[in-house]
Amino acid sequence: MAEDLRIGVFVCDCGSNIAGYLDCPDIAEYAKTLPHVVYVKENLYTCSEAGINEIKAAIKEENLNRVVVASCTPRTHEPLFRESCAEAGLNPYLFEMVNIRDQCSWVHMQEQEKGNLKAKDLIRMGVAKAALLEPQEPIQSEMDPKALVIGGGISGMTAALGLANRGFQVFLVEKAPELGGLLRHLHKVGPSYVNADDLVASQATKVEKHENINLLTSTTVKAMEGYIGHYKVTVSSNGVEQQFGVGVIVVATGAKVLKPEGFYGYDGKRVITQFELEELFRTESFKAEHVVMIQCVGARDEERKYCSRICCMTAIKNSIAIKEQNPEATVHILYRDIQAYGVENEALLQRSKQMGVRYIKYDQQRPPEVQENIVKVYHHLLGRDLELPQDLVVLSTPLIAGEDNQSLSKLLRVTLDANKFFLEAHVKLKPLDFATDGIYLCGNAHYPASVREAISQALGAASRASIPLAKGVMTVQPIVSVLANEDACRGCGLCVALCPYGALEIVRTDKGRKVRVISVACKGCGVCAATCYQHALDINSFTDQQVEEQIKAFLSG
Amino acid sequence: MLDAGRHPKINLLSYCEVEEVSGEVGAFQVKVRKKARYVNEDLCTGCGACVEKCPTTVKDTYNEGLGERTAIYKYFPQGIPSTHCIDAENCRQLGQGKKCGICAKVCQANAIDFEQQDQMLDLEVGAVVLATGYDVFDPSVIPEYAYDRIDNVVTAMEFERLLSASGPTHGHLDRPSELALRAEVAVLEKDLNKVSRQIDRLEEKHGKKTAEFLKEFEAGKAGEDEDFERWATLAEKQTAAEKVLAPLKKREAAAQTAKNLAFIQCVGSRDFRFNRFCSSYCCMHSVKEAMIAHEHDNQTTSSIFCMDLRAVGRGFEEYKLRGGKSSNIKYVRGRVAEITEDEAHNPIVWYESTTSRQVDHETFDLVILATACVPSAGTPKLADLMGVELDQNGFFKTDPFAPLDTTRPGIFVCGCAQGPMDIPESVAQASSAAARAAEVVATVPKAAAGGGE
Repeated sequence: MAEDLRIGVFVCDCGSNIAGYLDCPDIAEYAKTLPHVVYVKENLYTCSEAGINEIKAAIKEENLNRVVVASCTPRTHEPLFRESCAEAGLNPYLFEMVNIRDQCSWVHMQEQEKGNLKAKDLIRMGVAKAALLEPQEPIQSEMDPKALVIGGGISGMTAALGLANRGFQVFLVEKAPELGGLLRHLHKVGPSYVNADDLVASQATKVEKHENINLLTSTTVKAMEGYIGHYKVTVSSNGVEQQFGVGVIVVATGAKVLKPEGFYGYDGKRVITQFELEELFRTESFKAEHVVMIQCVGARDEERKYCSRICCMTAIKNSIAIKEQNPEATVHILYRDIQAYGVENEALLQRSKQMGVRYIKYDQQRPPEVQENIVKVYHHLLGRDLELPQDLVVLSTPLIAGEDNQSLSKLLRVTLDANKFFLEAHVKLKPLDFATDGIYLCGNAHYPASVREAISQALGAASRASIPLAKGVMTVQPIVSVLANEDACRGCGLCVALCPYGALEIVRTDKGRKVRVISVACKGCGVCAATCYQHALDINSFTDQQVEEQIKAFLSG
Repeated sequence: MLDAGRHPKINLLSYCEVEEVSGEVGAFQVKVRKKARYVNEDLCTGCGACVEKCPTTVKDTYNEGLGERTAIYKYFPQGIPSTHCIDAENCRQLGQGKKCGICAKVCQANAIDFEQQDQMLDLEVGAVVLATGYDVFDPSVIPEYAYDRIDNVVTAMEFERLLSASGPTHGHLDRPSELALRAEVAVLEKDLNKVSRQIDRLEEKHGKKTAEFLKEFEAGKAGEDEDFERWATLAEKQTAAEKVLAPLKKREAAAQTAKNLAFIQCVGSRDFRFNRFCSSYCCMHSVKEAMIAHEHDNQTTSSIFCMDLRAVGRGFEEYKLRGGKSSNIKYVRGRVAEITEDEAHNPIVWYESTTSRQVDHETFDLVILATACVPSAGTPKLADLMGVELDQNGFFKTDPFAPLDTTRPGIFVCGCAQGPMDIPESVAQASSAAARAAEVVATVPKAAAGGGE
């Protein structure tokens, strides 16, 4: 090694968190005996101002070119220590952190001698790795400050407007000739009974008039390549292709209604879906006097285990519409659980009951039977079958994933769930993001949602998408995958297939097919490096050689 | 939390309250009271040495009063910012005028500042987001559920603390009746030890055992000494205390953790006496709690008493079914009429099963009430000073088509402050509220919106 290694080790007491259980002075003495270690200091709190100043002073006075801190967790403190190194003029990636608290002093409170030995092992390993660390520079990438929104329903329109109002250019792509999605087929929107057409019209006008929105109807996405900040999108409008670049993408492709072929004698006339009932309302051709609605048709069964969330509310909303039109009409809703969750929904359920809508719980094992002019259902409070008169049976069917989801998920390299809905990165922490940076989701594409929920998710997705757009430049930590040995790479593409973030691609070079790392998209997870048969890929700051040295150091103890 | 705490553009003002809001969208002036915490945040390293030495203990509100904390404390271990706070009312030095200051002595960072005063901060902001959350309904107003009379009837939030590895029982399902018993035994033992120590000293001083002394004393042969009356009284006290303690200790030794659980849904919600609305998330948290209890001890069985089991999110229905199949959860459709208690402090649940058309009762080890989500106590006051309206249930009023907007431009609301919702929906809404706030700030001149950072 050309460079004269001068490693400084700082052992933190963490008050009594470490020093209360481990012999820190002894550990510090031990650190002095390790190769290339020229300076060791024990601090009460390395992270305190005094501790930080000691690191900075030692870098300058002792000419340290590697720093190791043995303390707590990198999750909370690594950024601070890296920054401090940088302030003292040392490349921040020549810093290594050793955790002798969370995984040592805390878990070995009852066996302090062994804990002490383990702390020494860990520090020896950290020092061995530090010796091989190399300086890194943060990766920066310009952001194309434009967005693509796929889908022009209420979610897509709202997301597009949210971004456009912030001043970003938006391409809104809708495969149908007009905006509105599912909402175009609905009668009224609960819970406020606004005309669906009015809602669509008001949003669509805003979209069409917005100077920042480039609206592309009758258009589908054909191809997509690139990564956050630099997506290249090819779309096709009536056979005419065009290409444009965007920085981020919002998926708002909605869902479709299940047609219940084979259920309860569905014929689209006397036995129809809620969706078709809305059409009767819209065309003012609804005339029935005795309506029976059946819930969970094709949902919560063996084939489709999920609850579609909105069908109970659709049934309640439509039952009220029937009662408003004709108070004498009878409406029975046969249900398994009435999913009127929340404040507004429960209020509507109560209102429908006040208007005389009857609710009867049925058992999945003993479903209702649709017969001529009646529906037979077992009433378990009465303990016998009831025969309900009917001149119209309305089946509440679930929303199912759109047929394009599969192909779109492949184009965008994002995941679907078991029911082919798009799957978010984390159910609680990142409900509107995909695992791939720069792609977001909202509305029915994610899971069935009410209009209120879709609007709020769409604004949320717009907010998430606007974060990288507003920054303008992406700065990424350089702990990413690198093609360390280009000659070894055979361009087999196994790593490309396994990368969860779409951060690898195969390119043609003078030397043949080789992998290329898209550094800004890489999260440094290491799947590629671990998979590569040829050991062609490495992860910065976690190279094979560094890890091997750590293992050797451990075994030499 | 950590991300928010570390973000360069987030100025985290904890232990603060908004007192005044003026101005309008794009240029609000907000007065904030930064309450004295008597600990200098910039110096405190969060090491916790003060907590180890603080002599005062009070009920721990974070653990729903099931555990104890000291007067200088951190609300919970992972709290951000990672600093401490003195509860002035209970502090010997600040609240009770006694000399103490132990925390200041042990603090190596010199962060304790008994002289700290409340501070007023003036902020200039373009938009405001209300994310003040909710309170848990107090079930003691429902007489038939006997929450205030039966120890082993707890709220879901209390149950969460019992289930938590960082909670007062380290995740073991010790029943509150047993915790009370343990506390009672501890107090009695402390008193008994005090008496015993006094007796020991007397035995030593007079060179004889108590039994011997009592024999002489009762026979009038003990002679005259100023100690003797006291000695006899102490001996009597000791015998009495031992008599009381013995059966309690026997019961304590025989105590078992809760294995047969009942969850009661819609406690204070979908109930016309209290709140008509559905609290949205409680069905799922009962299923989750029953599953975690079963994970902790696979002998656990649970019955969930509900009207409708509302499992409406992605994977929720599947989760519910899995609970029934592999976590010994039984779903019973029926509203519970009453909870009574047997001699062993076991709650008895009386209910009508609508599926079997029977009025029935069953004895459980522990009953968990899935309590409603209600507006947090400070909501009316906050609404007043923000100048926004509340809905008929007391949550911040919003419109279905503008779900984040309150009735005052530039003030937005997200999460349970606008009505009950689960975590994914709250997180999604938080982003949406940020979007709305950013839209507002983006459309007003920079100079007006630039403050507050």
